[in-house]
Amino acid sequence: MPSLIALVVGAVALPAVTILIVAAAEWVISHLRPKAQRRVRPWVWLSLACIMIAVTLIYPIVVSLGLSLRGADGSAWAGFTNFIWAFGTEMRPILLNNLLWLIVFPVGVTAVAVLMAVLLNKVRYEKVARVILILPTAVSFTAAAVTWRQMYTYAPAGRTQLGVFNAVLQAFGIEPVAWLARPAGADQWMNNLSLIMVAVWASLGIALLIITAAVKAVPQELNEAARLDGASEWGVFLHVTLPTIWPSVLTVITTQIMFALKIFDIVYIMTNGNNGTDVVANKLYNEVFRNPTNLGHAAAIAVLLLVAAIPVLWLNLRNMRKEGLT
Amino acid sequence: MSVALPKRRKAKIPILTRVPRWVVHVVIFVFCAVWFTPLLAMVATSLRTNPDTAAGGWWMIFVKPLVTLDNFTRASDLLELNTSLVSTLAIAVPSTILTVIISAFGAYALARMHFRGKAFVFILLVALLAIPPQLAITPLLQLFGHLGLGGSIATVWIWQVGFTVPFGIFLVRGYLFTLPEELIEAARIDGASEFRLFFQIVLPLITPILASLAILQFLWSWNDLLTPLVFMGVANHEAPITLQLASLFQTQSGLGQNSVAAGAFISVIVPLAVLIGLQRYFVAGITGGSLKG
Repeated sequence: MPSLIALVVGAVALPAVTILIVAAAEWVISHLRPKAQRRVRPWVWLSLACIMIAVTLIYPIVVSLGLSLRGADGSAWAGFTNFIWAFGTEMRPILLNNLLWLIVFPVGVTAVAVLMAVLLNKVRYEKVARVILILPTAVSFTAAAVTWRQMYTYAPAGRTQLGVFNAVLQAFGIEPVAWLARPAGADQWMNNLSLIMVAVWASLGIALLIITAAVKAVPQELNEAARLDGASEWGVFLHVTLPTIWPSVLTVITTQIMFALKIFDIVYIMTNGNNGTDVVANKLYNEVFRNPTNLGHAAAIAVLLLVAAIPVLWLNLRNMRKEGLT
Repeated sequence: MSVALPKRRKAKIPILTRVPRWVVHVVIFVFCAVWFTPLLAMVATSLRTNPDTAAGGWWMIFVKPLVTLDNFTRASDLLELNTSLVSTLAIAVPSTILTVIISAFGAYALARMHFRGKAFVFILLVALLAIPPQLAITPLLQLFGHLGLGGSIATVWIWQVGFTVPFGIFLVRGYLFTLPEELIEAARIDGASEFRLFFQIVLPLITPILASLAILQFLWSWNDLLTPLVFMGVANHEAPITLQLASLFQTQSGLGQNSVAAGAFISVIVPLAVLIGLQRYFVAGITGGSLKG
């Protein structure tokens, strides 16, 4: 069985080789003069990382830039036609969907994470509750899609509802909702929000942990002082808690923005972009794998993603400067 | 950080002066319920019979507890669990080990050695943290094709390791800074080689953060769909569980939800066990050790 061989090779042989490479290189440079040693050594230890990064990140960026200026099969020169297409009528609704993701998803995750972190800090069963909220972190988007599509199941009003949301709605006498299957058009934002909800559910865990750690680090004296000053619960949150945890909130928001930018799995599995829910990454996948393939279009989309990531990247660097990490 | 205390002239309308306790409990309960329900639905559905599922929602299992394990037998056939489980392991275990080793080496150089270009390498790493992986699909597909690696598990390792190494170095580097420099310097003066120094002194000290990195990478690698989908393809006979489950799900109409739910449940057992069992490391890694799991 080839995958069994791959398992052994990858889990035992390759790690041994990577360690041996560094060991061997260390042995070689140990014969150099001390000054030369100091100069070469860091690159020995960084070499494997540099190779991996060059192959998976630097090389693809360069090639994508080239491909984005070429035709469907990646050979003929095409100028900027791919980029004109990328902002044309076919792509515009897709870009708008990504914009919706970019706004609603980070705000949703961060809001729930802050709310839960603050509230859980006030109760005694916080650990149990936190574990429940973190569990979905271990669930793949594929499995999440399976269970959420069932939860979103729709049947016309009056029939037995098999989806839990519509069952609740119907129990209260409200018209059931086709969560994922509204026709593309005026109502399609609803389909998109249903997908975003799944992403929020699956992504809360790590955001919650980061913000909980920040909330617990708020000095107790500050809270007490504010309370003695007559501040309301809300006032304490707004003037004491929030400013103190703000750096962590920013970290969470930037992470989620990057995630929203490249969202793929949930959309691919649950709707495959139908009913007006297509997003950039899914479109890119389809341009590469579905007929007719168009590598130029795919590369142009990839370059757009890269450009969209630049502000986040800049924010990352600035945050790090502030915390004195560089 | 200095925080401006509220300079409020005795609040005029202190409506929310005290949020009643029960409101806090109710809000927490509602969120926990919403977060737990999808998992409960998955388990319940995977245990029900097809006629039952057609007749009523999964919550009816509490009214009419007719339970079967048939769905799991069928799901493990449909997912070709014999091969897909090995494939998933063959993807996730090497990806995890290699990521940890390469990140540890790189972080050690960046945190504990002084050289020209260090700041540049670090800034490059932080910049690369923001690169969307989709960018690499076409170029790497072509490259792997030229190299004759097309469709193999090795392509998935390369991608997953390459995309996590910047994060891994970033994480381990930060942790290395918290260690007392004297420990390492003392050994260095003793004349220990850099390699021995790393394995005998540094490695034991950074084990906690490496454990966190390993857990994160393992969960991510196990659950990853895009990479195997792109580089191995749906029809690959070595397709991992996520890929099998995704195809099964997209063609489920005739098979019934129960088997698919059982398949989904099978696919999350290992990651869930890892998360719950190693929660302490997971939480400590993400929060920099400030929060006990």
